[in-house]
Amino acid sequence: MGEQVATSQQEAALGEETERHSIPGTIIFDGTEAKRGYGLNKMCFSFNEEANRNAFLADEDGYCRRYGLTEAQRDAISRRDVLALLELGGHPYYLAKFAGIFHLDVQDLGAMQTGLSKEEFKARLVEAGK
Amino acid sequence: MARIVGSIMSTHVPAIANALDRHDETDPYWKPFFDGYEAVHAWLREVQPDVAVIFHNDHGMNFFLDKMPTFAVGCAPEYRHGDEGWGIPTVDPYPGHPDLSWHLAETLVGDEFDVTTCQEMLVDHAVTNPMKLLWPDGGVPIVPVTVNTVMFPYPSAKRCFALGEATGRAISSYDAVPDLRVVMIGSGGLSHQLEGERAGFINKSFDLRFVESLTDDPRWATQFSGEDLVKETGSQGVELLMWLAARAALIGTVRRVTWNYHIPISNTAAGTLVLEPTA
Ligand SMILES: [Fe+2]
Repeated sequence: MGEQVATSQQEAALGEETERHSIPGTIIFDGTEAKRGYGLNKMCFSFNEEANRNAFLADEDGYCRRYGLTEAQRDAISRRDVLALLELGGHPYYLAKFAGIFHLDVQDLGAMQTGLSKEEFKARLVEAGK
Repeated sequence: MARIVGSIMSTHVPAIANALDRHDETDPYWKPFFDGYEAVHAWLREVQPDVAVIFHNDHGMNFFLDKMPTFAVGCAPEYRHGDEGWGIPTVDPYPGHPDLSWHLAETLVGDEFDVTTCQEMLVDHAVTNPMKLLWPDGGVPIVPVTVNTVMFPYPSAKRCFALGEATGRAISSYDAVPDLRVVMIGSGGLSHQLEGERAGFINKSFDLRFVESLTDDPRWATQFSGEDLVKETGSQGVELLMWLAARAALIGTVRRVTWNYHIPISNTAAGTLVLEPTA
């Protein structure tokens, strides 16, 4: 009985993972992600205000704690690890505001996430038009 | 009675704001994109719209995950461009058309589209960039209609099409201002994806098939689920839902006035399309 429960929980967890990545390299941002990333996204949303961007820069970890980020999220913020932030519930629209603080544009971010150089990433975009 | 003069579909990539600010219109990177707007400007001079109703999606400006309406109608006297956080230049507020807004909201709810009404609404590049592209030196009052493409589940393509049709009907029944000329705007797209290992995804063949369908077979895209659209067009390519709604507002047959497609602008397959009713 106990074993069966464990098995179905594992299956459920596996099912969730499969669904999360049913499109390779893409996380479908749904309620599960919204719950997982709420504090992180709320912090990034606050970066719409300059005073908050400055407060973050003055004390990054303290600012993260104020929004209740998990340890893993705080670590990913400190490493500017966009892929990890996405895995931890970050939403691309809000994370873009975090990236904006460091003047990273979408090609910088594209390169970081795909492991390409910025020039290679831009060349891939041009190629898509042919 | 108000009359819809046509629909303009336009990409809204944030980088456009910087390009406009630097006057990069003839720069080799930007020229193939900006050239597409010349025919749109000529058409606008001809049809002389009084007001624009804009289907757009919010990118973390007016809405956050604390409250995320599926459909919202702006009912504000003006729409201020907020600080987006990443340093694109802000533009002057656009005046609203509250009377048309309320008519639209009330008629849509009467038609069983339970929209959220917003008497204050900040707008981002999804409103300001198409407006600047279409009217570089001015503009017309606007009524923004926001469609959730921030978190799943998004409204289905079928539902967005029906919203577009209902919006078209609601505008046609507006008679408080005699002979008001309304232009629809569908803001966003075409295929692109900003995040994840799949960042940079573009699907030219799907984009072209979709745009083709808008003229003669506008319900074609309603067969796709939200996830199908992410798969085919990229996470943010789903903004084609705005194009679909803006097309659906032109009830009946249409003619293509102009069409331009260029890859890439920023990380996006950029598209500009004008359709007008043939009736
Ligand atoms: Fe967008």
